[in-house]
Amino acid sequence: MSVLNVKVAEVEQVTEVVKHFTLVQENGEPLPRFSGGSHVVVSMDINGRIHRNPYSLMGSTANTDSYHISVRKQENSRGGSVYMHEQVKPGSTLQITYPTNLFAISKLGRRHILIAGGIGITPFMSQISDLNRLGYDYELHYAYRSPEHAAFREQLQEMCGDRVHFYVDSEDERLDIPDLLSHQPLGTHVYICGPVPMVKALHLHAKNLGWPDNHVHSEEFTAPPSGDEFTVELALSGMEVTVPGDMSMLEAMEEAGAEPPFLCRGGACGRCELEVVSCDGVIMHNDHYLSDHEKAEGRSIMPCVSRAKCSKLVVNL
Amino acid sequence: MNMAKNLAFKQETFRDDYTYSNSAEAIRRFPFPFAEDEYMYSVNIEQHNGGAPGSVFEHAIDVDEHYVAECADRALVLEDDPLRYIALPHMMDAQWDMVELVMDSLSTDYPEQFKLTKDGDNWHWINKPLGIDQKFVFGDESTLPMQPFEFVGRQVQGDWIILDQRDDDLFADMGIVTSQADWSMAFDAGMSFKEWHGPVPQANELGIFDRALKYLLHLQYGSPVRRLNWTMTVNPRLDTSPENYPLWGPDNVSVTPENVGDKVHLRVELQALFRLPRSNAIAFSVRGYLASVNELATYPRWAKRLRRVLTNLHPDLSEYKGLDFYRQMVIDHLAPMDDGTELELGTHPE
Repeated sequence: MSVLNVKVAEVEQVTEVVKHFTLVQENGEPLPRFSGGSHVVVSMDINGRIHRNPYSLMGSTANTDSYHISVRKQENSRGGSVYMHEQVKPGSTLQITYPTNLFAISKLGRRHILIAGGIGITPFMSQISDLNRLGYDYELHYAYRSPEHAAFREQLQEMCGDRVHFYVDSEDERLDIPDLLSHQPLGTHVYICGPVPMVKALHLHAKNLGWPDNHVHSEEFTAPPSGDEFTVELALSGMEVTVPGDMSMLEAMEEAGAEPPFLCRGGACGRCELEVVSCDGVIMHNDHYLSDHEKAEGRSIMPCVSRAKCSKLVVNL
Repeated sequence: MNMAKNLAFKQETFRDDYTYSNSAEAIRRFPFPFAEDEYMYSVNIEQHNGGAPGSVFEHAIDVDEHYVAECADRALVLEDDPLRYIALPHMMDAQWDMVELVMDSLSTDYPEQFKLTKDGDNWHWINKPLGIDQKFVFGDESTLPMQPFEFVGRQVQGDWIILDQRDDDLFADMGIVTSQADWSMAFDAGMSFKEWHGPVPQANELGIFDRALKYLLHLQYGSPVRRLNWTMTVNPRLDTSPENYPLWGPDNVSVTPENVGDKVHLRVELQALFRLPRSNAIAFSVRGYLASVNELATYPRWAKRLRRVLTNLHPDLSEYKGLDFYRQMVIDHLAPMDDGTELELGTHPE
């Protein structure tokens, strides 16, 4: 996998819990171009252990002298977001992957409804720069907790004009998703990034209203949940790896020297899918990639976010 | 030896009198695809991030002694049939991605032949072999004499199909296709990955397309990949399109034991896949290399290997690739050169 060495040029405290990082390439060259909705995976060396977190690119797609990511400090963080907030300063160096897009605008869509909850606003900021450039019909609906959490509000007003609508929870402003969806013409695509209940609600309402699945787009990155320690046997390479409770299965395999494939590391893309040979317990599926049916079958696992409650899991790797 | 600096472009034809031939150096670097005595369809994908100096894998886009003649043949095909170039309206970002990919690659890898100067969005492109000198504004199609993708598509060898990614699938929504092995861009335009692979025998049963599609959907910018595919063609003809079947189809029955070595060509496709940055589309390039059986047989190792692969070929694949008319004649022609000695694994000529 190709990686980019970047340096932090600027850190901006956007709200109490959100920091905005400006990244430039260490060699001074412009960064690669990307499409709206892309993300990069940032590698962090935290006390000798490599953490890798995906973050959406939020800057303009037309100017890649720098990349922009925003990180919300997570209360129950395994360390990644806290490290970004507390350790990463202007001048710090980081390694990132080339951009990947799992949340692209459908170019054949006639109209695009973007719905953001809280920090879920980030992928839309690069999407909007593409939508504006291409002259597509769109609306942005952005819900957040309280006026103190209004990250990027002014910038969005500037970018979107009257296409943006804000909903401030503490002021009893609510986004009525069924109402919004029921007034859209055929050919509309809807995109959502936000808290899990909000994403689930959108999918449910869209289904009830008869929206085709491929017109409903969501991006959710899950941080790998912790759990019990278990052992993974890699059937093809003959390795045996212990997965500690506070580490993901993917991280444990990497630390043991295996080279499993990966891309988003948030359970969204499916690249790290491994075939399960056997499991003497239960697989705890945490990804958004496998269908409920596939999860029940238990023949695959996404080691970036999923783990097992068992003594031994055997996979084909 | 630096190939790029010493590139001498041949004047030759891929139709009518068929003056096409390979120099000794071109035969040496031919991407012979058979590492073993048996061939079976497989995905066989590897990273396309450079290869041995002088090999066809060295650069992202290979330019060889046939460059000028191939571009001229492409122009002839487009003149007869403009539908060999198709770009659906939502692919404009991908058109500019292609301008960047082609001009950046060629000017970096072949600085003696191609020169690109950028001043912000003001670009200046010089293609010495084709005598093109064009200033334009990147992103403004009115500053080019034709659509951006057609402009660069006429200046590269091989066919290019650009795939839009949506609904977890890939759609052939743009292409410049003038040297195809019996498939049609006009027919496949807008089709999904599985639709245009529908006719390939054996592979669907093997689940190859499910795995290949999943792999491609995750292809990353900055990490292009490649694979080789192959077929055989009678006469060194680039344009073996279904549209022109009446022109080349009858050649299949013109092969005789006397002319088989010169008439029958191994056609190897170097297929490379690049993620494009602005459009998130995938560029699929299919670069064909042609060498006659006699040219290949200048290396005894290749003569033996080719005979064995053709002898062992699955009948379904032989039929799909259209080899049934002359396969046995090629095998018989090469038989005296095969003493049966075991060949080590690998595609190298010597």
